[in-house]
Amino acid sequence: MKLTLKIWRQKDAKSRGELVDYQMKGIEGDMSFLEMLDVLNEELINKGEEPVVFDHDCREGICGVCSLQINGEPHGPDRLITACQLHMRKFKDGDTIFIEPFRAKAFPIIKDLMIDRSAFDRIQQAGGYISVNTSGNTVDANAIPIEKEKADDAFAAATCIGCGACVAACKNASAMLFTSAKVSQYALLPQGQVEAADRVLAMVKQMDEEGFGNCTNTGACEIECPKGISLENIARMNREYLKASLKG
Amino acid sequence: MGGLIKSSIARKVAMALSGLFLVFFLLQHFTINFTSIFSADVFNELSHFMGTNPFVQFLLQPILIFGVVFHFVMGFILEIKNNKARAVKYARFKGGANSSWVSRNMIWSGVVVLAFLGLHFYDFWVPEMVHKYIEFAPEDPTRYYTELLHRFESPIRTGLYALSFVFLALHLWHGFASSFQSVGFNNKYSVAATKFAKAFAIVIPLGFIVVAIVLHLTH
Repeated sequence: MKLTLKIWRQKDAKSRGELVDYQMKGIEGDMSFLEMLDVLNEELINKGEEPVVFDHDCREGICGVCSLQINGEPHGPDRLITACQLHMRKFKDGDTIFIEPFRAKAFPIIKDLMIDRSAFDRIQQAGGYISVNTSGNTVDANAIPIEKEKADDAFAAATCIGCGACVAACKNASAMLFTSAKVSQYALLPQGQVEAADRVLAMVKQMDEEGFGNCTNTGACEIECPKGISLENIARMNREYLKASLKG
Repeated sequence: MGGLIKSSIARKVAMALSGLFLVFFLLQHFTINFTSIFSADVFNELSHFMGTNPFVQFLLQPILIFGVVFHFVMGFILEIKNNKARAVKYARFKGGANSSWVSRNMIWSGVVVLAFLGLHFYDFWVPEMVHKYIEFAPEDPTRYYTELLHRFESPIRTGLYALSFVFLALHLWHGFASSFQSVGFNNKYSVAATKFAKAFAIVIPLGFIVVAIVLHLTH
């Protein structure tokens, strides 16, 4: 397969970036998207050029760091997968592929396709936890009965890997789906009730301070999320937030 | 409460509530307009009541104007903020792959509706205010239907009204249904509520268009 890649190259956070064209030959359909980029980087290194910087770690859809906007969609054209799980068989011989970093003011570019997602860490740190006694008297979580439906919803929310595709897909660069998943996974469980009001207020405040946009319910985040995090979480977060705010 | 007013969720809820308020107003406005195509007397009677009742004139009318202004101003503020949240745009952004055109272009359908409101105020509201509160003209309870017919004489004006209601339908198609999500309403009744909102988004603007065309042809 012959391909034309248009890849965002940016020297560092302060430099202006641009799309640079690369011609690729001999790309096989069974290669993963990241393996294709590995081949490109081998070629660049052999030519004495600087390789394209991109984030990757587990390469099996768990870590969530492969933040690539591929042909205008986070993680590419397939659904419910990350960029590392995308295979080249999704493309045709002669295709032109645009590869850009996830773009948001709150996700500054470090270099080329690598972005800084520590804004998500700070939202988590603001309230994405529960306080439990670990001094030897810890209660086994499984000893607390929880309705199956709630347990399932909490688990589904907890599958968010924090990749940032929701922000990347949203026309407003809103982080509501991520934040709502992190709020929901605790709001649904008895263990999360003690700090529920403080949690949602603190996490939303941090989300706003990071400079993410406002949610306008386009639903793009849910469609592009590799883990299928539901919009129901955003409605739940809105409810939790209103409840906590009105309580004072 | 301070946080409630400043936060992104509060703005979202405020947009939804002001939008829902305007939806109720739209229904009431349509109901009165609709009477004009089968009974001039009923239309005159209802219009006279709305135009002279102090509760409507001095309480509901200012609330309505505040609701309209708030919805538009907040819409523009959110649009500016949202644009700033992605300072560098994508070279390629495939919004159509994951969301509807109307949901991504609420600002543009809103701007058309705002421009229409300018025309609508020029046609009806401003002359009404001048008639009642500047010229203090004597009230004639039978004048409303004649004035209404007069406004829809022009085919261009009737066409502009019809076109504006198409954009209102687009705005409502996303706005009404998504207002439920904004206020946190997402449960087993959500599907039915969304279907109702989508039907409303088609039926009410279409009804306004039918009224405009019938009045134009009646004249």
